Amino acid sequence: MNGPIPVGRPDYLRDGSTLRSWLFTTDHKRIAILFAIAITFFFFVGGAAITIVRMELVTPAGDLVSDDTYNKLFTIHGIIMVWFFLIPSIPATLGNFLLPLMIGAEDLAFPRINLLSWYLYMAGASFTLAMLVLGGVDTGWTFYTPYSTMFSNGAVLVAAGGVLISGFSSILTGVNFIATTHTLRTPGMTWFRLPLFVWAMYATSLVMVLATPVLAMTLVLVMAERWLGLPFFDPSRGGDPLLFQHLFWFYSHPAVYIMILPAMGVVSEIITCFARRRLFGYSFMVYALVAIAVIGFFVWGHHMFVSGQSAYANLVFSFLSFMVAVPSAIKVFNWTATLYRGSITFEAPMLYAFGFLGLFTIGGLTGLFLATVPIDIHVTDTYFVVAHFHYIMVGGAVSAYLGGLHYWWPKITGKRYPEAWARFAAILMFFGFNLTFFPQFVMGYLGMPRRYHVYPPEFQVYHVLSSGGAAVLGAAYLLPLAYLLVSLFTNERAGPNPWHAKGLEWQTTSPPPRLNFDRQPIVPNVPYDYHPKGGPVEREETANGDAA
Amino acid sequence: MSDAYLHPPWKDLNRQHQAVTFGMWVFLASEVLLFGGLFAGYTIYRDLYSRGFLAAGHQTSIVFGTINTAILMTSSLTMAVAGRAARAALLRTARLMLMATFFLGVLFLILKGFEYREDIQKGLFPGHGFPLTAAGAQIFFSFYWVMTGIHALHVTGGLAAVLRLIIASARNREWLAGSTSEEATALYWHLVDVIWIILYPLLYLAGRVNG
Repeated sequence: MNGPIPVGRPDYLRDGSTLRSWLFTTDHKRIAILFAIAITFFFFVGGAAITIVRMELVTPAGDLVSDDTYNKLFTIHGIIMVWFFLIPSIPATLGNFLLPLMIGAEDLAFPRINLLSWYLYMAGASFTLAMLVLGGVDTGWTFYTPYSTMFSNGAVLVAAGGVLISGFSSILTGVNFIATTHTLRTPGMTWFRLPLFVWAMYATSLVMVLATPVLAMTLVLVMAERWLGLPFFDPSRGGDPLLFQHLFWFYSHPAVYIMILPAMGVVSEIITCFARRRLFGYSFMVYALVAIAVIGFFVWGHHMFVSGQSAYANLVFSFLSFMVAVPSAIKVFNWTATLYRGSITFEAPMLYAFGFLGLFTIGGLTGLFLATVPIDIHVTDTYFVVAHFHYIMVGGAVSAYLGGLHYWWPKITGKRYPEAWARFAAILMFFGFNLTFFPQFVMGYLGMPRRYHVYPPEFQVYHVLSSGGAAVLGAAYLLPLAYLLVSLFTNERAGPNPWHAKGLEWQTTSPPPRLNFDRQPIVPNVPYDYHPKGGPVEREETANGDAA
Repeated sequence: MSDAYLHPPWKDLNRQHQAVTFGMWVFLASEVLLFGGLFAGYTIYRDLYSRGFLAAGHQTSIVFGTINTAILMTSSLTMAVAGRAARAALLRTARLMLMATFFLGVLFLILKGFEYREDIQKGLFPGHGFPLTAAGAQIFFSFYWVMTGIHALHVTGGLAAVLRLIIASARNREWLAGSTSEEATALYWHLVDVIWIILYPLLYLAGRVNG
């Protein structure tokens, strides 16, 4: 805290209470809340779609929904979860809220563009809702041509339009974050004093700005073919459907890093705080983030090993996919090394971070299986692939998102969440997740294809396990929704710094005032200054943090 | 005086100016990648169907294309002069130059509309009754329509930004001298021009080489 709170100064939540003060706000913290409400809604819509899919798959026969409905359900799940939950999840909510706070700024560089970004997201979201009402889409979230352009009967134009518009929301968020990090750092906040979360947002923004426009143009081409009959991907008139796959994965592989880099940033903050340690190898962690973002642009061909691309292309893309595992491994080892000699406590955010660490490692290592051409040919389009990317995106990104949400909940709302419930939910989520997705590795390796409505009976045991796990996972996701909402109405004040954490965001009140800091903060020190360099851990600061 | 140009969270006009300009450069990188997808596709198909692209490229209107190139390049000149004039406090010149930019941009779009009409009359929209039979000719014209269409949308967006400068400077004569928006708008306008400079040879000149 820098000095007493000025009398009569409201926090950002009480600074205006009309609907107008929320819908026309330029406060990055309020915009973060607007995003959080919207993506939470979509998370549960996407979750509902896959719940029906998992129920259908309990029996080998197609006895719950028709095959057409089944195709639409997994497509809706994919489109919503990728573009309307995962892509904006950490950047647009926690990133929006924390980036200015962490660098000691009053707001993002372009507050009105930040608001525009939310409205673009909502415009895209309303297209997606319209797509649901119009009967859905059955192309899969990948919109592969020529099916999407020439044969599908679904509302492809509306769905693609929604994704296109939401893409501009990402681009504007990315531009805003990059400009903010360059121009609004408070005195003393040098580049190599930035918290890893800020670096992660920066690397993510680079990918958003440079990859998203390629997806936008690809969707324009799909729409131009479907709507106007321009034969970009129509083989009968000279088009090449594979060009679509190259353009699509040029975005959609880096998009994986839009989802996982922010998660890495969150986990770096949590692990240092609850181990009371400086981050091991800070500068390597920074270079690793940037390296992942850069190399991530050159690996898209590993989605196309069976497409008939040249053996040399396969070789190069395979090699580059192995390369991207190097900085990822550096990060995992450095988080682990950070724990060494730490004074570790097991609050809910830390449990989520540990869950992230284990699940991301499994997801990453199975990624190496898939980067190996012969194995990839064996498991292409099987549940092995489904399990792999869910370990990264759900086990990794969603765990980190929830960990971050709990960690910064006291800062965002000013309230404590119920610790026992939160630990229970985190542990339940870990077991539910593994029960859902581990059997998918096995059945995928044995040959169970993805996106199939009806399957041979010998796979039933794995599907039953997976669906049972999904039920546990669903319950574990509903728990935080319930207890976090309840916590808003309790009177348990969090205080400015309940975790005794070192980041700048903890030096202001909870919730912060409209302009974040009552006095401009100055940064005299390196980040994660939890103990003297080389010295022992501050043992006295390991309490759950009841009173500051 | 300078407070009129400051937007939150900025406290220093120079810093705000830097941020706005830098933010626009980052956005332009995004725009380059947007068109980059189209250029990549065009390149691949031109390699596959070099004869078809040659035959189809011969059908675009070189007259409209060349006049429009000249118009757009002139508009970049007037835009650049407007910026220099604003910084030299020659506010009347700056406003006139902005209006000239706006006029040239609109002229570009009008001519583009006439060109589109001529193209459609010649049946150059891919589909039934497309006059060219060479393999890849339909692909060439698919790129023609999408590239010029998306570019025209960008010109329209740029015109809206220029119009905003004109209106703001009409309300307050001094506004242009200190505004941080002028340079960002100019950067955007120049990018739209640069993209056209790439489209012009791809769509109008490539079909007219001997060979």
